Amino acid sequence: MSREIESHRFLDFAYQLYKTMKTNEINLVYEGEVTQDITKTFTSLTERNMAKSEESNQVQRKVFNVMVECLQNISKHADTLSDDDEDERRGIVMVSRGEESYKIITGNVIRNAKIPGLKESLEHINSLDKAGLSSLYKQQIVESKISEKGGAGLGLIDIAKKTGSKLSYQFKELNEEVSFFILTSTINRNR
Amino acid sequence: MDVINIQGTDDTPNVILDKASGQFEISGRSLPEDVNMFYEPILDWIDQYSEDPNDHTEFNFKLEYFNTASSKVILDILLKFEEIVENGKEVVIKWHYHEDEEDMLEAGEEYSDIVEIPFDYVLYTD
Repeated sequence: MSREIESHRFLDFAYQLYKTMKTNEINLVYEGEVTQDITKTFTSLTERNMAKSEESNQVQRKVFNVMVECLQNISKHADTLSDDDEDERRGIVMVSRGEESYKIITGNVIRNAKIPGLKESLEHINSLDKAGLSSLYKQQIVESKISEKGGAGLGLIDIAKKTGSKLSYQFKELNEEVSFFILTSTINRNR
Repeated sequence: MDVINIQGTDDTPNVILDKASGQFEISGRSLPEDVNMFYEPILDWIDQYSEDPNDHTEFNFKLEYFNTASSKVILDILLKFEEIVENGKEVVIKWHYHEDEEDMLEAGEEYSDIVEIPFDYVLYTD
């Protein structure tokens, strides 16, 4: 392939990406390592965008809360494709703003062995109403210890509580060892 | 006793713990990368305080946001004060929440369901 065609294809891809983002009202897309600095940068960027668009304070706070938990989930729990870079926690992050709601979509690699346990937690959380989530949260916060990674196992319960929406998720198998875990959190704009 | 006075940042709260002046406050945002490292000196200070606490302690939580890892440490702090109550001293938790932040009020109510300390809820606006 000539360099010219290659560069044309890239520009075409960039334009398609731009169009897709505009059509789907995607404000932020990222693929890469998720660190504390990235978390701080994205949350403050999103805060600024929401403040500009005069989003209600309540919605702004919820979006901020949920973003922090989603990003910290990746930075604490994401697995890797190969064993070489075990300490690098990577993932994708997307934030979209629709007429009705904000969606925060995160994706990361997960070891297949962890899937049944995670699925069970997600299903359990999704089966509970507001009061049920509150009592699960209280039970978990009392029983949990902070793990070495600094998590308390409360993130998903907290997201479900704060959004008031079911957690939507998918696992796409990549190979025998690992899958890609996608979590979508929805925050309604008109409540 | 030493005074703890930590200036808050983007991801860590302001903390004032001063036995002599009776000021006890955690405010701002708490989402540190390493929760244990940030809170260790604070928990140690409270352990030391509980050996000889004031007759009356008023502890102010005025948090704008805390992540779930911090929520566990906040419970640990409250449990230490619950022990002080059990030892016959008076403790009141002043739990401040913004008018737009029902979730913060709920968080306070959940803590007060878990620990046996009186909570006062204080609403504030911008």
